[in-house]
Amino acid sequence: MAARLQAVSTIPPQRRRQGAIFRRGAAVLVCLWVWCCTAADPYRSPRPSTPLTELDRLVLADLERLGIPPAEGCSDAVFVRRAFLDVIGTLPTAGEARAFLDDPSPDKRIRLIEQLLARPEFADYWAMKWSDLLRVKAEFPINLWPNAAQAYHRWILASVRTNKPLDRFARELLTASGSNFRDGPANFYRALQNRDPAGMARVVALTFLAARAEHWPSHRLAGLAAFFSQVGFKSTSEWKEEIVFHDPSRATNGLWRAAVFPDGTPARLEPGPDPRVVFADWLVSRTNTWFAQALANRIWAWVWGRGIVHEPDDFRPDNPPRNPALLDYLAREWAASGYDFKHLLRVVLNSGTYQRSCVPRSNAPAAAAHFAHYPLRRLEAEVLVDALNQITGTAEQYTSPIPEPFTFIPADVRAIALADGSVTSPFLELFGRPPRDTGLESERNNQPSPAQRLHLLNSSHILRKLEQGPRLRALATARRPAEETLTELYLTILSRPPTEEERQAVNKYTRTLHPREAFLDVAWALINSPEFLYRH
Amino acid sequence: MNLSPAPLDRELARDTQRLLARLGLPGLSRREALRRCLFGAAGLFLVNGGSLRAQVPTRPARARSVIQIWMWGGPCHIDTFDPKPDAGYDYCGPLARALPTNVDGIQVGELLPELAKQADKYAILRGMTHGHNGHETASYMVQTGHPPGGREVFPAAGAVTAFFKGHGAGYTGLIPPYIVLTEPQGRFSESGFLGNRYKPFATGGDPARTPFQVEGIVAPGLSTERQRSRRELLHRLNTLGRALPGDATLQAHYAAEQQAYELILGDAGKVFDLSQEPDALRDRYGRNTFGQSCLLARRLVECGVPYVTINYQGWDTHKQHFPTMRRKLPEMDRGFATLLADLADRGLLDTTIVWWSGEFGRTPRVQWEPPWNGGRNHFSRVFSAVVAGGGFRGGRVVGASDKTGEELRDRPIYPADLLASIYELLGIDPAAKLPHPQGLEVTVLPTAGESGPGGGVLREIM
Repeated sequence: MAARLQAVSTIPPQRRRQGAIFRRGAAVLVCLWVWCCTAADPYRSPRPSTPLTELDRLVLADLERLGIPPAEGCSDAVFVRRAFLDVIGTLPTAGEARAFLDDPSPDKRIRLIEQLLARPEFADYWAMKWSDLLRVKAEFPINLWPNAAQAYHRWILASVRTNKPLDRFARELLTASGSNFRDGPANFYRALQNRDPAGMARVVALTFLAARAEHWPSHRLAGLAAFFSQVGFKSTSEWKEEIVFHDPSRATNGLWRAAVFPDGTPARLEPGPDPRVVFADWLVSRTNTWFAQALANRIWAWVWGRGIVHEPDDFRPDNPPRNPALLDYLAREWAASGYDFKHLLRVVLNSGTYQRSCVPRSNAPAAAAHFAHYPLRRLEAEVLVDALNQITGTAEQYTSPIPEPFTFIPADVRAIALADGSVTSPFLELFGRPPRDTGLESERNNQPSPAQRLHLLNSSHILRKLEQGPRLRALATARRPAEETLTELYLTILSRPPTEEERQAVNKYTRTLHPREAFLDVAWALINSPEFLYRH
Repeated sequence: MNLSPAPLDRELARDTQRLLARLGLPGLSRREALRRCLFGAAGLFLVNGGSLRAQVPTRPARARSVIQIWMWGGPCHIDTFDPKPDAGYDYCGPLARALPTNVDGIQVGELLPELAKQADKYAILRGMTHGHNGHETASYMVQTGHPPGGREVFPAAGAVTAFFKGHGAGYTGLIPPYIVLTEPQGRFSESGFLGNRYKPFATGGDPARTPFQVEGIVAPGLSTERQRSRRELLHRLNTLGRALPGDATLQAHYAAEQQAYELILGDAGKVFDLSQEPDALRDRYGRNTFGQSCLLARRLVECGVPYVTINYQGWDTHKQHFPTMRRKLPEMDRGFATLLADLADRGLLDTTIVWWSGEFGRTPRVQWEPPWNGGRNHFSRVFSAVVAGGGFRGGRVVGASDKTGEELRDRPIYPADLLASIYELLGIDPAAKLPHPQGLEVTVLPTAGESGPGGGVLREIM
């Protein structure tokens, strides 16, 4: 691969194409000129996109130590697509992509990030991620029941929308009591595979300490379980309603006496007060770096597809962070902001590290693990189907196995906004949406399979969307030169105009075809291209 | 960088060859090389996905494949394989006759004349029982052997078989190892905690129609020519792929795509083309969805596919029970009987288990009152299943219900007993561990302590 990369940089200048590829104003021409002159592909940009941040310095120092050259910066076209997908789980429309590419101002990336952080899809997308972790699912084996799953999701969504500080978010979950139908976070204690105190402790450790307590020594797990030994459940006369409450009468079991914080400090509980509160106080106290590191790492992994500690939910002494200084910096910076979720995202998204191209300059195996380039990742099932629907102007049907009114899903609801993991479609199942059984990050399966390829290449579901989708049809039939239609199609699907080579390839291909067929085939090829299917 | 369109699959095959040469496996054909590469890549996915799996220990196996005829909804036992001709009109309704079979002393329902001629090939399990009367809990129980209500979702028999007999264990076909004809049964026939990789591939479409549009494999209105030129276009427009030569993520993507195209354009997909079968044989199976699904199931096991489910819907006959039986049973009789005969003729019955069962039976006493007006409800106290081939001895009856088919009289057979027997013939140890995402100790079937009552493996017929 190194040889091939070298080949890229030695392409003779006459092959680097310049010229007026499309007429969208001088600014675009200048951008294009710079871009075409300097990179052999539409993905890289040699200009440093942002000034170096503290985060960049820590990543670069680490890479230098390892002798790994970082990738070049990404192009604007890559950035606009990447930012939309990573921040709001949504593909930019052709108009949004063009507006960004046409914008000549130097701070446009910073402004785009701010705009995206304020969009309603931001809350939908991140609530989806939290709901995976918090197991928001009506049915088997979690059994929250539909309206409880809705209440749980509503609370999560509102928390993300108001940018609730994550220490408060964690505390409200940990100390939740009340009705599963009316007090959303109370479902935290119901969405468990095992409701005994040790079962709760395992979920708490996984969720807030990113640790797999089933591998802890048993006394440590028992020490944590003690905090949850007084969680009670009772039913009411309402069908499927359940109350979660602090049940002091359970104190007689004496388990609370064994309470030890996961760092080994004995808790010295008093009988009477809810021990969960004592645990929550310890967890989010500013002196406890474990919480800040665990969650900062998880959020980093949600953006980046890979943790500084990896797997991002497997903190243990023999799985150290790849870049300890980086994790330490992020955790401190984030705690200092009052666990402000958007602040942490800003720190990451505005870094040069995040804005690197996916084209590596080193094939060292450590390059990806040390964040030398942006990693390719297949779009999540929900994001992928939403993108296909947006491109084609079609909708999906989602169903629940439970015939309840709460589970009727109107056609315009996007997959990232689905509240309940039991509400699903064959597409979401095929493309590895997490079942929300365990809260493990590895539940989400983005690995490609032949069945997935068959589906996108050749299924009636996808072919129908392409052939009959009104938005794509409107794009095909609008009166304008074929050149512009192609540009529009590329902007719609890949968020960039076609390169000269691509134009030629398309022209050559379509010469002998009926225009309608030609258009369909090109659209089909683009939605099946890795550039569409993968974050890059 | 070469921007002229070097077809990517050729590039991929070349890379694969190089890789294999380095691994000391030179001289493979392109297809073989690719095939091995695919399985290598599949192994990698497993590691990445966190579900670590050692090479599966398989025991000596009598059977190679299973054809599961899933009678979704719950077929009535006394109208099919456990007739009660003396129980009277309240039980039998208009179907009071029983047919003698080619095995002395075994009778079947009057609407199964073809199966009556084949009773020497199958064993009737009349002592099936589990006590769950909801479709979903019962389906889960029958297909996983695990009691429902636990907080783990166990994989169904098809996924278990795909795990132990599929690509990790010597199966080299391009057809996925667990096929459902034609619609999936839903979440209780699925792979549970084993994950995506072991989910069934549901064909969709209707094998009784020409062409049979296998979802993803046979697309309506797209000629082979257009498929090929589209694929070429896809390669030419793969600009990102050319910027990232050798990228491992994309290699996995290409490998999956290559395998998909083997099914779309290559020979592997031809197994779904029923027009390759003689018309007379297709007629014998019955020119309907079920009959042609049976034929297709035979073609699939002939290719070595380890597990095929025919999801046969429409047996939840709360109303209109008897008209439905008169309409559907002859179709079932013909398809099922022809399948047994055809498998036997080809010497496939020795290595193929045919398992016929629903999630439960139906109330023997007919509900004549409104709103049912002659229907039967769910009934799981005692019901029937049928097994044939693969090491099961035919011409036998195991277990019995009482004279009205309402109580178990002899030899209970719980779902776990039946599954343990099937697994044993397949060489799968029921006590073998399954990989669990949280590393929990879980076994294929419940261990003695977990399972509750059991009647034991079907030694009588193995």
